[in-house]
Amino acid sequence: MGRRVKTRVEEEGKIEEINVELPHEDLPPWEEKNLVWVGKGIPRVDGFEKCTGKAKYTYDIHLPGMLYGKILRCPHPHARLIRLDTSKAQRLSGVKAILSQENAPPIPWYNDSFLFDRTLRCVGEEVAAVAAVDEYIARDALDMIEAEYESLPFVVDPEEALRPGAPPVRPGGNLLDGKPIIYSRGEIEQGFDEADLIIEENFSTQVQAHACMETHGSVVNWEGDHLTIWESTQGVSDVREGMAKALGIPISKVRVIKDFMGGGFGSKTREGKYTVIAALLAKMTGRPVKLMLDRKEEFYATGHRPSSLQYVKAGVKKDGSLTAIYLRSIGACGAYETPLFPSKFSMIDALARPYRELYHCPNVKTEVYPVYNNIPVHTAQRAPGHVEGTFALEQVMDQAAHQLGMDPIALRMKNYALKDQVEDFPYTRKALDQCYQKGAEKIQWEKRNKKPGEKKALICEGIGMAGQIWGGGGGPPAYAIIKINQDGTANLLTGTQDIGTGSKTVFVQIASEELGISPKDITITLGDTETTPYAPRSSGSRTVPSVGPAVRSAAADAKRQLLDLAGSILDSKAEDLAIREGQIYLKNNPTRKIPLKEITQKMGNNMIMGVGSRGPNPPQAAINVFGAQFAHVAVNTATGEVRVLKVVSIHDAGRVINSMTLNNQIEGGIVQGMGYGLMEEVIWDKGTGIMLTPNLHAYKLPTMLDIPEVVPGVAEGSDPANNIGAKGIGEPPKIPTAPAIANAIYNAIGVRLKELPITPDKVLRALKI
Amino acid sequence: MKEKEGNKKGKQLSSVSRREFIKGLGAGALGTAALSGGIIALKEAEAHPAEESLEEGIKIPLRLKINGIRYKVEVEPRYTLVDVIRDQLQLTGTKKACDRGECGACTVLLDGKPVYSCMTLAITAAGRDIMTIEGLASGEELHPIQQAFLENDAFQCGFCTSGQIMAVNGLLKQNLNPSREEARNALAGNICRCGTYTRILEATLDASQRLRKGGGNRG
Repeated sequence: MGRRVKTRVEEEGKIEEINVELPHEDLPPWEEKNLVWVGKGIPRVDGFEKCTGKAKYTYDIHLPGMLYGKILRCPHPHARLIRLDTSKAQRLSGVKAILSQENAPPIPWYNDSFLFDRTLRCVGEEVAAVAAVDEYIARDALDMIEAEYESLPFVVDPEEALRPGAPPVRPGGNLLDGKPIIYSRGEIEQGFDEADLIIEENFSTQVQAHACMETHGSVVNWEGDHLTIWESTQGVSDVREGMAKALGIPISKVRVIKDFMGGGFGSKTREGKYTVIAALLAKMTGRPVKLMLDRKEEFYATGHRPSSLQYVKAGVKKDGSLTAIYLRSIGACGAYETPLFPSKFSMIDALARPYRELYHCPNVKTEVYPVYNNIPVHTAQRAPGHVEGTFALEQVMDQAAHQLGMDPIALRMKNYALKDQVEDFPYTRKALDQCYQKGAEKIQWEKRNKKPGEKKALICEGIGMAGQIWGGGGGPPAYAIIKINQDGTANLLTGTQDIGTGSKTVFVQIASEELGISPKDITITLGDTETTPYAPRSSGSRTVPSVGPAVRSAAADAKRQLLDLAGSILDSKAEDLAIREGQIYLKNNPTRKIPLKEITQKMGNNMIMGVGSRGPNPPQAAINVFGAQFAHVAVNTATGEVRVLKVVSIHDAGRVINSMTLNNQIEGGIVQGMGYGLMEEVIWDKGTGIMLTPNLHAYKLPTMLDIPEVVPGVAEGSDPANNIGAKGIGEPPKIPTAPAIANAIYNAIGVRLKELPITPDKVLRALKI
Repeated sequence: MKEKEGNKKGKQLSSVSRREFIKGLGAGALGTAALSGGIIALKEAEAHPAEESLEEGIKIPLRLKINGIRYKVEVEPRYTLVDVIRDQLQLTGTKKACDRGECGACTVLLDGKPVYSCMTLAITAAGRDIMTIEGLASGEELHPIQQAFLENDAFQCGFCTSGQIMAVNGLLKQNLNPSREEARNALAGNICRCGTYTRILEATLDASQRLRKGGGNRG
């Protein structure tokens, strides 16, 4: 066993000190000029499957004798279940099992509630479930279950929920833990005293749905006491652990498989109630059960980005330097604490992080009120908190620049943070200045209106920008194994996931680079807990920076063994040999080479197996992804419609492994950020607690007709934080889009839009004031 | 601690513990004491292949022609085409994502024109030419539209891709040389939550060029 050290690991703002074993060898950074596969925009290794319909998603799994599960859900925002009669449904031909609080084991779930609970705190909570021979009969059966409820007082609006006398969502009051979450550094009041200019603004952000194309769901099969779960998930290991715990069975008896997955965006990080329900129904019937949520359930029962109300006060001096930032915010939890990071870390507080970290400021106070209300529980969504907080903070910065008569980029450079002010650590790398500069060039920043709203016309154009900070450094533990075959091909095994980001391809490229063989000669297996070593869930933009270094380390281990073998066959020293493009050659005489295959053929059934693990992060250092986005918009002053014409997005994500999939991530983040900024909104009816937007018609997603021209880019260079030099790019591009658009609207019409989404009615209302 | 309290409260909720549930159940073990409360007594626990078509008097026979192959199925009149294609014929390349004609993931060609198969009753497709994503490639050789999607990285998670490709196929059957605007309009009914629209548009124009060079869209 190797030496163990402590290291600091971040996931979506949650920072942990963990104990980690050092890998066999500390690999030096790759030599830039020698790179063959890393950096190339090669097509995805699983592109064929995706283009032909052969890719098997959880939704596509079909097992012999499989039953279909469906869930009956509560129609009331707060109620007690007083009677449940399933007798009619039981008599329906084709119905094989019915599960409810009457017969299900009491499996603890959110807070102090259960899988099936008599007290129901939001519309959509699980009341009963059926398994039937087809989906149609399962739905018919749900219609035949009679449930009687006693209605209880409820509250939907988070501000109302905080008022004295508001209906209690749960015992103990509607404010989570009875107090706000407070962060403070310096002396906030003194900071405001020193300021020459004070900006005070209120902002509100809406609930955003994940709207994954593949709904949440599972296919579950018991073989004796061995449970196999196909799950549409971002974290096979988390689901395995969670299911073993929920069912009280050993982890070794649970296998979780996810090959292809149709979108998660933060909502598929662990097992759902549906997973457990499917497992119980399968146990009851002795048959496999498929339980996929329908679109309405997807909206109701899989979490969402929480709404926020933000009051911001900022103080700046005449020269632009920030003296104080204060945030008071209310965030709606829904009826429970989020299951992802229970109690110790509230995701509601994550929106305060940009206020603490994006700019140098000696005096900062953030005061966040997480509130229970009678809607379903929120969860992580792509850059949780940062998307909401940055919308407000970056408009305040824009406003300050305008009032001081400064260039908004100059104001940001004036307050450039050189270290992480919360942890008091230097950054391993921060190239945000490069992002500002490159982005400004590509959008032609000098063409923005010098005076916001100076041109009066039917269509007014404007340019705005916003910056971004995110974690995304990754860390241990993560493992990979590479097996070298007799014909010189290799199998790469790691317990991570490709959730559509292209990580399968990225890991093959990393292994190819280190091993010196072509990507077509490497087959990757991931998303299966039984056949692969542990890797973390795909969240926090940490898949590539966590797993990539482990893959490289496994490849290096395999290469070392290969060269040992080659050395013994060729009668030379292993350290004098190298591999490149499938050839083993002498370092000091590259013309003397032999195909790798000729060496591996000689090994027979002797196995070469490279094992790699993710090493620790550098001590006393913060690893962050930065970026800047620039939006060019056109506002129709007669209709209030905003069209985004162009977005330039430049990020410091360290080294690029695959330029094509990286650009795709940036473009996709912008489309989601634009949806958030202009059209997407989950609306709850305050009088009934019912969602008014539970389908893809009422909930407005961007389509082909809405998209702007996107110019993605990166700040060149790699980050010394890990052995591949890369950080994560999944979440960062979504963060600055809405504020960049809002600032561009301000530049176009001279009016600031502070409530999301910025729909035409709000623009018209703002123009009339 | 939470667990302990949970079990205590759980006693009032249900008399079945997890361990009892998992241990006491399984094929053939139904009807144990722990289950006498709410679970229906099952007549048979073993799966039987014929069982699924035992809905006498409800299902009607239907002939479907999909990708040039004739299939005989039995359907209820309410079955949608997507459900029959996927659940009965296991052609799972076609996806269902909204089940109400809002997202386009289920797009197939019906007599050469793109339709939402979640909004098409299976019985109305009888005798017509149905084409799904599985009918596009010839063996391992990708159709030019698929090749264009692959090379332009016109997807992320890939769940909407079959529908997108079939929508593009429908467009390029009617108009082999669409303008950018025509392509955007033709594809506006297909949602991609990952946001790869720019790439889908580029792939469409790329495919159009490949097909024109190759002498037309035989997909």
